[in-house]
Amino acid sequence: MNVFREKKWSPYAAGALAGILLVLSVFFTGKYFGASTTFVRAAGFVEQAVAPDKVAGMDYFIKEKVKVDWQFMFVIGVLLGSLASAWISKEKKAVAVPSMWEGRFGSSRMRRWITAFLGGIVVMFGARLADGCPSGHGLSGLAQIALSGYVSLICFFLGGVIIARMLYGGRKQP
Amino acid sequence: MNELLAGVITGILFGFIMQKAQVIRYDRQLGALRLQDMTIVKFMLTTILIAMVGIYLLLDLGLIKLSIKPLILGGNILGGLIFGIGWGIVGYCPATAMGALGEGRYDSAFGLLGMIMGAGIFAEFYPMLKRTVLTWGDFGKITLPAALGMNHWLVIVILCAAFIGLFVWFEKKGL
Repeated sequence: MNVFREKKWSPYAAGALAGILLVLSVFFTGKYFGASTTFVRAAGFVEQAVAPDKVAGMDYFIKEKVKVDWQFMFVIGVLLGSLASAWISKEKKAVAVPSMWEGRFGSSRMRRWITAFLGGIVVMFGARLADGCPSGHGLSGLAQIALSGYVSLICFFLGGVIIARMLYGGRKQP
Repeated sequence: MNELLAGVITGILFGFIMQKAQVIRYDRQLGALRLQDMTIVKFMLTTILIAMVGIYLLLDLGLIKLSIKPLILGGNILGGLIFGIGWGIVGYCPATAMGALGEGRYDSAFGLLGMIMGAGIFAEFYPMLKRTVLTWGDFGKITLPAALGMNHWLVIVILCAAFIGLFVWFEKKGL
């Protein structure tokens, strides 16, 4: 089908489909989208391999339960779905450094990868403190008109806009 | 249906849609944070608009339950701002980092490793945070209509109008 081979769907059309998908998910399985708790479980699995006794006694791993659940599979599915989509529209190519980043900070892979790693640590610490990410708080939270979703999503963007301005400056670049 | 199977199928569909909308790219995420390209905001707000109407319809029919996260100002605001800082640096949020890896943008793999480590670090600090930040301004599981004492459909109509107003403005400004 041609529509699946297209490289870009309108964000409104795609958003509407994602909205329908969220409603169907809640209707059929009672599950709301979310992603960041899965990273707690992944960390739990890694730590269990090294120090199982320590993990068994830690409050946060007891609270979130180190196991493969619906959301864990959902997060893996996102990778597979993206791969399938890129494959079908023949966009599958390895990109080591994003082009906007390269334009500002150069093509050094090491610089980008180390920054991504450090940024990842900060992102997840924040997501767990806020109790959600743009999926859980953003999509699922706002779809339920939860106040926690609105407060968190506004703060996600506020922090992001400030740091983006510091990294890229205020001027529009050509 | 098997819960794990439902999870992976839902994830595959969601990842497929996000790849097609081009929202899982560093350039799109930073484009939004630099207030130059609102693609991800259009995508998110449309998802929310449709899902909000669908979810409250099914809720009124008694067919589903809500799953609200508590409003804890300390955690939501401080955690939200920390998340935003990290987001601007790595350029992916947790779900989009997985999608980006699927698409071949493998700088996200380092972001994902950092995220796993960040979750582990949070787990170490959790007992301390639970006694402090996570007790500041705890209002429980509350929705905007409940807080305002308004009918939820009135709030939904206002929000839909606000979202559509934003869309019109984005298109007019070419964002």
